[in-house]
Amino acid sequence: EQNCYLIIQFHPKDTPCCFQVSDQKPLGSWTVKQGQCITCPAVYNSQTKEYVVVTDEKVVRVWKDEDISIEKAFKATVSAEVYRIHSIPDREPVVLFRCGAVRSLDSLLSAPQQPVEKVLSEEEVIRWSTVVQTEQQVVLLFSTEQKDEHYLYVQRFSPNTLVKHRLETHSTPLSFAATYRDGNIHLLYLFSNGCVYESVLQTRPTGLAVSESVQALPRSVLLQLPVGEGELTSASALPLDEAHVAVVGVPHPSAGTGKDYLCLWNTHFQTLQAGRELAGMIYGQLWCYSGKLFVPHGKSLSVIPFECQKSSLASAVGKLKQTSGTKESKAPTLVASWDTLLHGESTQTQKSRVTRKSVRHMVGSVTEVQKDMDAFLCGLEQGELQVAAGRLASELVARCQADPTFYPQATLMQLVETNYMCHSVCPNLLMLALEKNDFRLCQLCLQLFHDIPEAVTCACLKTILSVQDAELEQVNLEADSLLFMKTLTQTTDHSGKDSGQRNGFSPQVLEEESCDVPPDPVTKDKKPAKDPLALDMSCPVGLHRGVLINEVLQTPYSDNLLLPHLKDLTVPQVILLLQYLRFLYLKYSQDVHSQIRALRKPAVTQVMDWVCLLLDAHFTVLVLAPEAKDLLSSLHMFVRSQVKLYSELGKIEGSLEALKKSKKSKEIGQYSIEVIELF
Amino acid sequence: MGEFKVHRVRFFDYMPSAIRALAFQPQREKIAVARTSGSVEIFNCADRFFQEKIIPGREQAATEALAWVGDRLFSAGLNGVISEYDLENQKVKYTIDAFGGPMWTIASNQQGTHLAVGCEDGTVKLFEVCEGKIQFEKNLAKQKGRILSLSWHPSGSRIVAGMMDMIRVFNTETGQSVHRLLVERGIGASRSVECVVWGVVYLSDGTIISGDSSGKVKIWDDLTGTLIKSHQVTKWDVLALSVSQDETSVVAGTSEGTVVQFQFLSVVLGQEDKEWVQTRIFKNHTHDVRAVLELGTAVVSGGMDTQFVVRPLLDKIEERGPECVLRKIQFPHRSLVSCAKKAGLLLFQYPGHLELWRLGESDGHGASGSVLPVKRKPEKLLHLKIKGEEHICCSAVSPCGEWIAYSTVASFRLYRLHCDNNNVSITKVSKLPKVLSSANQICFSSDSSKLFAASTCSSVHVVSLSQTVHKFVCTLKPKSGETLLTTAVHLLAASEDGKWLASANSDREVQIYNLTKMKLHSTVPVYNSGVTAMAIHPTTNNLFMVHADQQVFEYSIEEKKYTDWSRQVQRNGLHYLWLARDTPVTNVTFNPKNPTHIILHDAYMFCIIDQTLPLPDSSSQFYNQLTLRSLPEKDRTKHSHAFKMCKTFKELMFVELMEDQSLVAVERPLVEIAAQLPAPVRQKKFAT
Repeated sequence: EQNCYLIIQFHPKDTPCCFQVSDQKPLGSWTVKQGQCITCPAVYNSQTKEYVVVTDEKVVRVWKDEDISIEKAFKATVSAEVYRIHSIPDREPVVLFRCGAVRSLDSLLSAPQQPVEKVLSEEEVIRWSTVVQTEQQVVLLFSTEQKDEHYLYVQRFSPNTLVKHRLETHSTPLSFAATYRDGNIHLLYLFSNGCVYESVLQTRPTGLAVSESVQALPRSVLLQLPVGEGELTSASALPLDEAHVAVVGVPHPSAGTGKDYLCLWNTHFQTLQAGRELAGMIYGQLWCYSGKLFVPHGKSLSVIPFECQKSSLASAVGKLKQTSGTKESKAPTLVASWDTLLHGESTQTQKSRVTRKSVRHMVGSVTEVQKDMDAFLCGLEQGELQVAAGRLASELVARCQADPTFYPQATLMQLVETNYMCHSVCPNLLMLALEKNDFRLCQLCLQLFHDIPEAVTCACLKTILSVQDAELEQVNLEADSLLFMKTLTQTTDHSGKDSGQRNGFSPQVLEEESCDVPPDPVTKDKKPAKDPLALDMSCPVGLHRGVLINEVLQTPYSDNLLLPHLKDLTVPQVILLLQYLRFLYLKYSQDVHSQIRALRKPAVTQVMDWVCLLLDAHFTVLVLAPEAKDLLSSLHMFVRSQVKLYSELGKIEGSLEALKKSKKSKEIGQYSIEVIELF
Repeated sequence: MGEFKVHRVRFFDYMPSAIRALAFQPQREKIAVARTSGSVEIFNCADRFFQEKIIPGREQAATEALAWVGDRLFSAGLNGVISEYDLENQKVKYTIDAFGGPMWTIASNQQGTHLAVGCEDGTVKLFEVCEGKIQFEKNLAKQKGRILSLSWHPSGSRIVAGMMDMIRVFNTETGQSVHRLLVERGIGASRSVECVVWGVVYLSDGTIISGDSSGKVKIWDDLTGTLIKSHQVTKWDVLALSVSQDETSVVAGTSEGTVVQFQFLSVVLGQEDKEWVQTRIFKNHTHDVRAVLELGTAVVSGGMDTQFVVRPLLDKIEERGPECVLRKIQFPHRSLVSCAKKAGLLLFQYPGHLELWRLGESDGHGASGSVLPVKRKPEKLLHLKIKGEEHICCSAVSPCGEWIAYSTVASFRLYRLHCDNNNVSITKVSKLPKVLSSANQICFSSDSSKLFAASTCSSVHVVSLSQTVHKFVCTLKPKSGETLLTTAVHLLAASEDGKWLASANSDREVQIYNLTKMKLHSTVPVYNSGVTAMAIHPTTNNLFMVHADQQVFEYSIEEKKYTDWSRQVQRNGLHYLWLARDTPVTNVTFNPKNPTHIILHDAYMFCIIDQTLPLPDSSSQFYNQLTLRSLPEKDRTKHSHAFKMCKTFKELMFVELMEDQSLVAVERPLVEIAAQLPAPVRQKKFAT
């Protein structure tokens, strides 16, 4: 029953309910008599298929699904006040008394009036408890408070041991969560000052742990959450996996002091992975069962399925995040889509309340904006600039989108050049630049942003490939990249001859290997193919287009994310790009690029990866397109010659290995007696 | 030629200490090197950088800087005292407390009249250099913060001091600070860390050059006190600076192990306006370069990786010769190992202790190149820790293995070793003759009946040893009357028959004494290169000497002249590849079974010279062992020559032929030394 989730809620007064999540209908509802009060959340004992609840602190009631009234079901009065009953899958539920004693439900019900020992002192009150199931055993954890001191008890069963730890506190602990991972229990707890700590407890009892020697629990800070104004009151933190923590009731770091947010944090990189404002009151409660988060807020309970990717820097800094709004993206995001899940609520991202003065003033003409910006940027510290740059850019882009005549190119360039921007901060900037055919800004963004989604990269590529040459050549591009392209195209004539002599490399040999490359009909007419490698060495694209394609080639991407978007390219575009890539590859294989001094140039592996990707995406179409035939066969030849080369190299691998081994000097210890002979 | 069983010994854990300071004496072309152990070594640049003198260190010496005043050498250290060295007798002459706390630097003016020291308490103290002593003259205006580097203006009227975050210029007459140059701190995290000015150089045109912990070399103008140019040369610290004599080149040593050269060049060809331009980077070290010297024709550097590196500047050298090669000096130029040939014992000399080992045994036989099974492992018999702070300057074990002697600057100790079966015990010989207060070199006669101890003024004390009485016999002196200025003996060689004793001192004089008459027999003609190794032949009583320039001489003691073979070698000339070897020969020994064979070794080879074979001429293949091996037996004689070089063993510290005809080769692999060094500064390398 994978899709059916049982939630046993208890309303403050008297009614346990059972809901099926998938269709949001109550499955059952039971009421206790007027005057009685439920004092402990109802649990479901999966072993016996029974529900268990405690009323009036001492009366344990057990009933089944078929029972209509609790009153008629089994009931036992126990001798001490019950704090909580914990159910464990496939095991007997555990009863925790207010005095700290623990019994299994079975043994308790068999002798309800059995005496219950007092474990805790008079003023000590249990604040939280949970059960953690490890491979071999079950561990009950509960925390207590006594005169502003907080303690953690670890109850292990068979043999029963109870270990008491002191929690070092500077402020009040708000929530605890314990998970079992890698043989240890990881206890995560959130304090009202926003600190999230983690303590690792061993599942096995360690040595002589007697309650007399109360030791402080060793801990490490996982997160320091922004608190906003005042302390946190009702908040909760829950680990999702070893790197992700869900926090509810804590302000979003970039959206004012409102505390009604659910945020998912990456603890490895201390980055916010996702954040969402929740409507209504936050109760500071949060659960997580089988890949779904349960958050009660206002009058509703939101169930949010999530998926934790393996924590990597790329996912943390947002490279893999897709642009919002693109529904067709199949990218593995942390939370697939907030909107559809949160009961059809409309998106209402709260405008940040902390708007800087200057952001509000971004209303003048382009020149005025430029002037304001200069003045504004001058007075900023590094840290402030980082925050402000993105916000300013977003505001400007928003205005540009609203008012087509407004486009402050210089200001946007200036903002991007601060190096404090990335694509995620202002996702619309690059698309705007493309819209306006501002290739200078486009180039800059491609160079400086490392988190451009593959969809946008592809859109850039498409625009670059489709725009008219005449328009492109007028664009003022960065000098260094232009120089690289110029030298690359200029060396065309000499490279064929020069490279032949290097390292005793003879072009004749290669001719035999790959002279069956069918020469391009055009070049064949123009000049007889003296060296097959020299053929078709004219650059298939214009200088500026080449520069821009180079930038695209150097942007980071993930193969399987890029591939679907590459399919959007038309066949002529693909052929043009492939021709250019082949040109680059030929150039590179002639060792030309190593002589060109440029700061940025596509690496030969990048070129090859793009060729592979393009072919993967369009192979079936290309095979059928007659104009692609020459191109494909020449690529095929090159691959074949490479394969041949490597297979030849593979043949001599053994002898090379032997050479290497013979060079390796034998191990000499501290002392040996050797025989030498002199002649 | 024959097979040898070789004991390949790698358990001598020799660990050189890091180089802390270098100082150049231009007139005599000597370089003084101070190490962190407190030892000071004198290298002769004109004699292939031969290590002529070693002044042993001591615990807590903490020498930080060296300065020459004429022929006199001074040092200052963190122990707060200034020391002058007695270079003749290779010890500290006197020390004087500067009363300024730890001292970081010492500098002498070009006139040779004054020394300035920079102290932890922020004072620059001037000392007047007088005959035989130095006298405190005055303090310059006291500053907050320590003085880390000093440089005199060539006129002597001003002095520049590198401090924390600033550089001060003082007028030496008034003692007042003239300028305060603020040095900016590094960027990023190091902004909160004070910038340490590790080195300053004051040029005669008033330019001040500084190197600091933010990795910059800065050029300042002392007239206006302004920064002219700043060069970022490293991410880490610039630790040392040195300027050439003609003030056209400055080198800076960095924590990355690089030495960066700056030259005073005209930026536009043919124009007069000159600028300091960064020109070359030399990377010969793995660790901090703590000291550099710009000699004009070479850059000398040393640092944490303990190597003394001479990097020639080929554009300044006109003729190709032995000075055009990169030299890395890793091992001392004298032997730290002595050997009891008859007993099969090895004595290793460490700064603070001695170790005595018994070699292992093997009864197997094997073909050439094979490793024999070890029947008995080598055994450490003794670990003798010395008392007191002074480090050992020389040690010896007698050929029979019964006596061990060592000496520090302050004391001389003789021990008797009792070795019955597996019990090793040692007794200190208590009643030694009073003359034996310290020795520069120790040697036993071949029958272990006499002890020779080289002492001050080239004299050698002779003591006869017996089971009970140790009698002082006499003192051998080179020549009566004019002995005052002669330097200490660094090599001793006794003949097998007990008749002769040869001594060599760092003035390159070799004396031969007749031990039956107990007087000087003859003096070998002085050759213009230091003797690095010598020995007396057991049967012919010829003295065989090898010099720092790789020349070999054989001197007949009885006839008081060079032998015919030696004359033939001089006539013929040695092979150019032999002359190009860059480490000196440090031991000579003979094969009693084959009197014509002489065994020598340097750090990278050992060699047997067969005097019966023809000498190699320049056209013949010098390293011919591999060729000979491949030739059939009868063709070998045609191709063989007198020098049988064996390069199987590398990083050799000692080679000796034992009485059982087996060779002992003590190796100290440099990788093992490098493994014991602290980690170098982190550098971003490709793919890490």
